Amino acid sequence: MRVTVRLFARLRDIAGTAELARDVAPAAAVITVGDVWRQLAKEFPELAGYERSISSAVNADYARMDQVIRDGDEVAFLPPVSGG
Amino acid sequence: MTTPLLAIGREPLDLERLAGALATASSTDSGRDGAVATFLGLVRNHNVGRRVRHLEYEAYEPLALKAFERIAAEIAERWPSARLALHHRIGRLEIGEASVAIAARSPHRGDAFAACRYAIERVKQIAPIWKHEYFDGGDVWIEGATADPDDARARAEAERVACA
Repeated sequence: MRVTVRLFARLRDIAGTAELARDVAPAAAVITVGDVWRQLAKEFPELAGYERSISSAVNADYARMDQVIRDGDEVAFLPPVSGG
Repeated sequence: MTTPLLAIGREPLDLERLAGALATASSTDSGRDGAVATFLGLVRNHNVGRRVRHLEYEAYEPLALKAFERIAAEIAERWPSARLALHHRIGRLEIGEASVAIAARSPHRGDAFAACRYAIERVKQIAPIWKHEYFDGGDVWIEGATADPDDARARAEAERVACA
């Protein structure tokens, strides 16, 4: 199963890219946003510190970490926000 | 070109145009309104003891627009007679430039002020927008609230502040 991961602000700096494509599991597997995050945090250990403060989105809609994703989804991870 | 009520962009913000858009976009009789409250957020030259040189704003634009729509819907629910216009700027902003412009319109001033204040509080809580601060001696991403639009406590706090 292939997903596009979008990263913003400091998460983007840590990963060194705003967008990356990853094969996260066999096509038939049941995979959640949280699974994608944990895989990413293994790849970029510095991300692990954000475990409790990130929020997420799937296909540009707010999502929970337990949301199941599908092949081709865009999964975004958002560090704490600072607009205004 | 008509000005959208909710927008994110790189152009300088224009509060007059925003308030004007709100007047002409009103689906109801705009003559019923007796108040427009506006807010302009500016880039400050200092932050927690640092001398700020400039800011760079970044957004997850499609989701940020949805966040603005959600804020407008919350306002419609809480202050049914009030209507909202909200523009946020992204990209590099210099000291003194406006990063966010808000206009809220309603028959009476109380609801207009409250809706305007509520909108900026909610932007800070849930909109996927980030400021990268460049100051004398370094730079840092500013990290505020964990963006959770369903956090009832955060929403109640925004409402409390708006009605204080």
